[in-house]
Amino acid sequence: MGQLVWRRFRRHKMAIFGAVTLILLFIYSIGGALIFPESYANFADTPLRLTAPNLQHPFGTDTIGRDVLARTIYGGQISLMIGMLAVLIEVVLGILVGALAGYYGGIVDSILMRITEAMLNIPEIFLLIVMAKFFGGEIPEVDLFGRTFSGSVIVIVLIIGLTSWMYLARIVRAQFLSLKENDFVLAARATGTSNFEIIFRHILPNSIAPIIVSATLGVANAILAEAYISFLGLGVQPPTATWGNMLDGANNYLESAPWLWFFPGLLILLTVLSINFLGDGLRDALDPHSRAA
Amino acid sequence: MGRYIIKRLLQGIPLLFFISLILFLLMLNVGDPVATMGGRRVTRRADYERLRRQLGLDQPVYLQYAYWLLGNDWTKIDLDGDGVAETTGTRRGVLRGDLGISLLNRKPVIEVIGERLPNTLILMVASELVIVIGALLVGVFSALRQYSIMDNLITAILFIGYSMPIFFVALISMFIFAVLFKRWGLPYLPTVGMFDPQAGKTTAQVLWHMVLPVLSISIISFAAYSRYIRSTMLEVMGQDYIRTAKSKGLPRSEVVFIHALKNASLPIVTVIGLDLPLLLGGAVVTERIFAWPGMGRLFLDHVDRVDMPVIMGILMLVSLAVVVFQILTDIVYAWLDPRIRYEK
Repeated sequence: MGQLVWRRFRRHKMAIFGAVTLILLFIYSIGGALIFPESYANFADTPLRLTAPNLQHPFGTDTIGRDVLARTIYGGQISLMIGMLAVLIEVVLGILVGALAGYYGGIVDSILMRITEAMLNIPEIFLLIVMAKFFGGEIPEVDLFGRTFSGSVIVIVLIIGLTSWMYLARIVRAQFLSLKENDFVLAARATGTSNFEIIFRHILPNSIAPIIVSATLGVANAILAEAYISFLGLGVQPPTATWGNMLDGANNYLESAPWLWFFPGLLILLTVLSINFLGDGLRDALDPHSRAA
Repeated sequence: MGRYIIKRLLQGIPLLFFISLILFLLMLNVGDPVATMGGRRVTRRADYERLRRQLGLDQPVYLQYAYWLLGNDWTKIDLDGDGVAETTGTRRGVLRGDLGISLLNRKPVIEVIGERLPNTLILMVASELVIVIGALLVGVFSALRQYSIMDNLITAILFIGYSMPIFFVALISMFIFAVLFKRWGLPYLPTVGMFDPQAGKTTAQVLWHMVLPVLSISIISFAAYSRYIRSTMLEVMGQDYIRTAKSKGLPRSEVVFIHALKNASLPIVTVIGLDLPLLLGGAVVTERIFAWPGMGRLFLDHVDRVDMPVIMGILMLVSLAVVVFQILTDIVYAWLDPRIRYEK
């Protein structure tokens, strides 16, 4: 099974390209931290504000004189971390809602699916903005891995997770609806297996392929969502850098300092693009029947 | 068909109810409207209490929701804080078309939104036209030349477009068409507002200012639509009736554009309907970047100042649009495609 998947995946050239680019981006944002300390990324060399890219500052400096290259490195760590953690929440919520609704059916299904549908019908960005306000306010800073993060990082992870689980829940529900009619479920039930075990040990492992695909593409969406919400000034608060909040206010410097928005924007684009390619390849490899085109 | 339409409409009602409930609960903690009201700082405790009472914020949540939904003109409310409800309420509730009054400028919410709505609508309609027409052309082109160099190139470009954050598209296109074009002495596009104040709000001005925002909104959906048309077109082109048409000796253009495209473009109706939330969301970001005075910017401005009636009004309007569009999509699709008949 694993070998077959790998062989199908390898044939998908764009997916390999995506995977390689993604690994490079990880090396960039984690390895780069070995070269520049975080204090350098947050150091404001005010007399040098808005310097164009040069040898000392290859990506230039921002409005208060911080090095853009170092900030894209540390911003990348946060953006990638937000993307993955948010998807973790998304997956847990999506599986829980989808599995309960699909397995139990009836009234549980009706209520859960009405909520899912209601959330789906509010355009995501509006929901994100309102939730950012709802969970915002004064948040203390957090210490994690020996570094200090703005507490807003946690809030952003939470709200992106809370606004994106609906598609996954629908996918999981559909899987459960069809899988629960199978004989192996009947057999498990006949031998007195508990509902909990049937859901998580018998049915869930059988529906893992679409969940993996959807979670992979979810990382791209989460990174985009972080970028949107930070771009609107409601996301992660400075001095903690993310690719999104480096773009906040950049349109005021459209003409005078294009390096301010070009590099973080390009990194977001590259990340999202490679994740989309990767997800596409994974779908073809894991789930060859799901594709019509 | 009639029964199907009624059934779909009836399903929309509980859905909207759930949406309003979720949104209302979210409104409870978006900030203190009294603290930021009209930019004035309320310092005296007594004034603060009085304002909260006037806004009905001292009531339990379920009553606040009931007043918002049904109005409060059928009951008496306590305005002076003596514990006796003596004043008859004046709100008529959302169900009777009263979205409340903006806390910022004391104007009815309907009026506040109504001023901005047309500006957003022209952006949306223009974008949708660009998307559909462009996607039909590109989709058909790449379907007819499947796996050619052009097809692969288009696919790559579309994937990039699909992965672009809207603001990055906007910033790049602003940089190229406004900054660089100006530098090169070419006619350049405006980046801010709806019209040049000196020229006034003429049609030509608005159209000229619309180019870049429409481009930014369109790009993401454009990619998805083109891929979609390409795949439906490929599917249709392989069908028997197309082979019949070809073997009959019909000109290729007639086969492609009349026989095939007609069927291949049917499913796009579904995509248009489902794509509305994405477009509306795109409008928020785009309007912010291009300082376009539409509903998205109105929303951001009023979220900043915790103007709950307006925020809630916009959110409900947007959700209503999405729900209605989905129902319309299903109905139009069933009506267009005789192979689909919804029973019951």
